[in-house]
Amino acid sequence: MAYNCVVAIKQVPDTKRITGEAMNDDGTVNRGALPAIFNPEDLNALEMALMIKDKFGGKVTVMTMGLPAASAILRESLYRGADDAILITDRRCAASDTLATSYILSCAIKKLDYDIVLCGRQAIDGDTAQVGPQLAEKLGIPQITYVEELISLEKKTISARRNIGNGWQEVKCKLPVLLTVIDEANDPRVSVAKKLMKCKKARTPVEIQMQMKQDNPGASDDELKQLAGAKVKQLEEKGLLIKQWDLDYLKADLQWCGRDGSPTKVHRIQSVVLTARESKTIEPSEQGIADMVHELISDKTIS
Amino acid sequence: MISVNPKGEVWVFAEQHEGKLEDIGLELLGRARILGDKLGVKVGAVLIGDEVKSLAEKLCHYGADKVYVLEHPLLEHYQANSYGKVIDDLVHKYQPQIMIYGATACGRDLAPRVASAIKAGLTADCTDLQIGDHESKDKMYKNLLLQIRPAFGGNIIATIINYDRWPQMATVREGVMPMPELITARKHEIVAEKVHVTHDDLPLEILNEHKREKKVNLKASRIVVSGGAGVGSKENFRLVWDLANALGAAPGATRAAVDLGFIDRDHQVGQTGTTVRPSLYIAIGISGAIQHQAGMSDSQKIIAINNDPQAPIFDIAHYKIVGDLNEIVPKMIKAIKARV
Repeated sequence: MAYNCVVAIKQVPDTKRITGEAMNDDGTVNRGALPAIFNPEDLNALEMALMIKDKFGGKVTVMTMGLPAASAILRESLYRGADDAILITDRRCAASDTLATSYILSCAIKKLDYDIVLCGRQAIDGDTAQVGPQLAEKLGIPQITYVEELISLEKKTISARRNIGNGWQEVKCKLPVLLTVIDEANDPRVSVAKKLMKCKKARTPVEIQMQMKQDNPGASDDELKQLAGAKVKQLEEKGLLIKQWDLDYLKADLQWCGRDGSPTKVHRIQSVVLTARESKTIEPSEQGIADMVHELISDKTIS
Repeated sequence: MISVNPKGEVWVFAEQHEGKLEDIGLELLGRARILGDKLGVKVGAVLIGDEVKSLAEKLCHYGADKVYVLEHPLLEHYQANSYGKVIDDLVHKYQPQIMIYGATACGRDLAPRVASAIKAGLTADCTDLQIGDHESKDKMYKNLLLQIRPAFGGNIIATIINYDRWPQMATVREGVMPMPELITARKHEIVAEKVHVTHDDLPLEILNEHKREKKVNLKASRIVVSGGAGVGSKENFRLVWDLANALGAAPGATRAAVDLGFIDRDHQVGQTGTTVRPSLYIAIGISGAIQHQAGMSDSQKIIAINNDPQAPIFDIAHYKIVGDLNEIVPKMIKAIKARV
């Protein structure tokens, strides 16, 4: 039988590439100065969903909550083989912590017909690994975290192997289920050139409106609306429309969204200030190093 | 969520597997004791399993005033749904103000599920927990749990609070909090709780499990020799192994070195790896990202070897050696072999 998969993905700043230029004077990080990338383990989650589709059939839907620019990772998912892409974007989502994020995602996923929800284990900007389990709880489905291998799918039952740090565990569970996938699970495929060429044209309605405005500087608002409407329809027919949902469409309860819906708040942010210690600079010469070793032996640091 | 309850207790989830307590629960009790004393409230340990009551006394010796024992045959093996449900019930019944979990595979699976069910906040991988006040535009919040953690790739330290949807919950990695002293004469109370679990709370069937010993015991080593991305290759990582062997030390690594495949993940030191406090820590080709420092900055002595004099690792090193590690490390090995 075929399985419908929903993959929740996130666009993140590439925290591995932080340089001095990405730091503000007050020591905070200037997110805008960092390249935005597809969260690495979300690619492993997408790959697992695509492997399920390749083997059993079904549909892969990718979903992200973020700024309009997060459509970039949705397009990238389409290149790689996803069938449908949904952008949840709304100013009222801003400042959502993991609890509010999982609530909003759950409202969106409840609109879909799914068997398996997949997430990367964690996003590199926060490293919390919380959204997966919280999303499972909100959907009222079981979770299998740290999946390193999908063992089998038979009718409505899944078996998977979890990496539990000091070993592994194989578990079986009825669908629907949520999986969080770790980087050891697979090597994400690269996009196929033909698909890339086609899916590069995929757009969200907002992107289409902006494009129309740019291309038709003299047009009235009504004309622009008509042009955009036609383009949306055209892309939809080609399967190149990235759906764009807001909190009204999700009928989300605003008390659980954004800042109001987030129990955790930032009390203070400090840039990393390192405490100076009493220290010695050692010459990288044979003598310098031998003296240091001798000192460490005499104070019994090295026995 | 539960309402703000300044008289509530400070709780620790006491992880056990197959009737054996994990160290992490004891480590957390040490910090919970400090938090509880500061707040003037009792410290509780939450012990879940089947026939685990005999473990309760040990938890008291490590700082718990009360141990809530939740026993049921269906709770023999951990599952997020069943353990989450009984914790949810317990939190609503006793209204603790703080609950801390180990950031272990089990704790990181469980705590977010509980937080979602209770609709409370949760901060992952805290490196420090303190009590403090928070002033917002119009209000002063007294005696909150300050949940301190590196964030954003370790470039900032964030202090997170939760002033309205309690309990205040956090996870802490193993080894981050020092193991408290054992006190045997402590007065304590064991609370046997009735639990309600059914087969419906056990969606997973555990088919097979394999536990393996870690390839290295970083926590127990007096000396740790770690390599970072700067070592350059798996082949070149031989230098780290050689120096470690010469010193009888444990080989460690940064997350970057592990991600590059230089060495197995068991060797990772740092916020998402093992936290170490050895007598001597030698950092080779390590720039010193804050996540790495979170796992080693309490070492008694630190030697840093790096060709970049601006590398942050030098800010916390006691011995700074600027230069090519390929030349320096063999010189160290030679000096050690000559002297020891």
